[in-house]
Amino acid sequence: MLSAGLGTIVWTSIAFLTVLFLLGKMAWKPILKSLKEREDFIANSIKSAETANNQLSQLKAENEILLTEARLEREKILKEAREMGEDIISKARKASVEEEQRILSKAKHEIENEKSAAIADLKSHVVSLSIEMAEKLLKKEFESKENQIKLVEENLKSATLN
Amino acid sequence: MTIGIKIAEIKEFSFKLFIKNKVLLAIFTLFSLNLFASETINSDSSNVKSSHNTGFDAGSFIMHHIGDAHEIHFFTLNEGKENEKHFSLYLPIIIKDENGFKIFSSSHFYHNSYTAEIDGKHKHYYLHDGYLLFDEKIYKAEGDNGINIDESGKIANDTVLDLSLTKSVVGIFLTIIILALLFGSAARKYKKNPIKAPSGLQSLLEPLVLFIRDEVAIPSIGKEKADRFVPFLLTTFFFIWLANILGLIPFIGGFNVMGTLGVTIVLATVVFIITNINGKSNYWTHILWPHGVPFPIKLILVPIEILGIFMKPMVLMIRLTANITAGHIIILAFTCLIFIFGQQSAGGGYGAGVGSVLFMIFMYFIELLVVFLQAYVFTLLTAMYFGSAIEEPHHH
Repeated sequence: MLSAGLGTIVWTSIAFLTVLFLLGKMAWKPILKSLKEREDFIANSIKSAETANNQLSQLKAENEILLTEARLEREKILKEAREMGEDIISKARKASVEEEQRILSKAKHEIENEKSAAIADLKSHVVSLSIEMAEKLLKKEFESKENQIKLVEENLKSATLN
Repeated sequence: MTIGIKIAEIKEFSFKLFIKNKVLLAIFTLFSLNLFASETINSDSSNVKSSHNTGFDAGSFIMHHIGDAHEIHFFTLNEGKENEKHFSLYLPIIIKDENGFKIFSSSHFYHNSYTAEIDGKHKHYYLHDGYLLFDEKIYKAEGDNGINIDESGKIANDTVLDLSLTKSVVGIFLTIIILALLFGSAARKYKKNPIKAPSGLQSLLEPLVLFIRDEVAIPSIGKEKADRFVPFLLTTFFFIWLANILGLIPFIGGFNVMGTLGVTIVLATVVFIITNINGKSNYWTHILWPHGVPFPIKLILVPIEILGIFMKPMVLMIRLTANITAGHIIILAFTCLIFIFGQQSAGGGYGAGVGSVLFMIFMYFIELLVVFLQAYVFTLLTAMYFGSAIEEPHHH
């Protein structure tokens, strides 16, 4: 039953060595090679995906920082702008008030000047008018001789020598 | 001119066809599938009948079925009756003696049956053309009956060199063809799309290939050096496993390839050769001059280690053969149980049949595991022997 016949040994040797050679060349070589290739491919893919992921998260963090910075910057700029605006407005207000004041006082001054000039003018006009009238009156009064003598006499009377 | 060439070509072609037909005819004659061999036993029929009446011999039935044979016997109709029919594939007999090679179909043997008293039992032997087939061994025919039995009852004929394509050899060829088809087509797919995920046949084979590479070869041999041995381990694993599976398929003749010592001895020898060819200095010093061992113990240890070189592959061989044969024996024993009980009474036969079939189903499941396990164990131990052979010295 368990005898090892020489024929079986010979045929098995031929068959096994043939299959070892054939499978080695035709099957195992391409199969193992492509398995290795695929494994390398998968390993590389995972590695590159990991790096990409890392880069992405790094980028994200950087973006976050940039975003917060930008937000802060914006707030700062807005605040400054508001302040500046307020400043400008208050300055403008102050300046306008001053200007107004200045214009007002100038106007007042001018009005005053004009007024006093007008008054002076009026005064001189009134004087010359009254002088003219007086002159005319006097001329009319003193056209006759008796009036002249009367005046003199009156004056003399008033000018009593005490 | 051209016509002349054409005629020559046609002549050559028809000659080739003729040769081809001759070869095919020869092959068909050698592998004659004799499905309607109505009277297989044509001589000594009275003796044959009497031997059938002696009762069912479970031991020889089992031994006959697990042993190698020169035919593949599928089944028998009308067993033990006048019109007994054997359905067999008769394999070619190839023998060599001082007259040179002789090739003929084994149907010549199996159709010339005789019986004789050998070892105290009535046994069949077959004669053809001056040769004798007894217990699936071929001898030279001697004397009037062809058989020469000595005083102790043993056969005393001269043996001849038997290079026949026996049942186990055909089983090996079948295994190789299946292996080549399976992995040939899988390899084509791998060549076409090395990076693509496996599909179809690849999905079936790839886990096994990866299992052998990652769980057997690399842990035993080491990642850097495993690549060199992986093809051999893969071939061994699939060869043993497929041959074992072939033995579990019913109605194809009950192959017992890995239960044939002639097959496993070749596998063990190849393992032995590869291990020792690759043996590094560390391997040999470990065997021939182990470090840190006192001299008197070396005297004991070194012979044991040297013996171990041969013992390791021998153990591989015996383990595989014994396990696969044992599996076949158990299943056959359950089958025999039915016939033994059936001889007592028909009811007993049916009763034992139910129980036996249940046990056989159970055993078939176990065997499915065992055939894988034995292929795995053989491959794993082979990988470990390779690993120990190429191991680098440890730095203490």
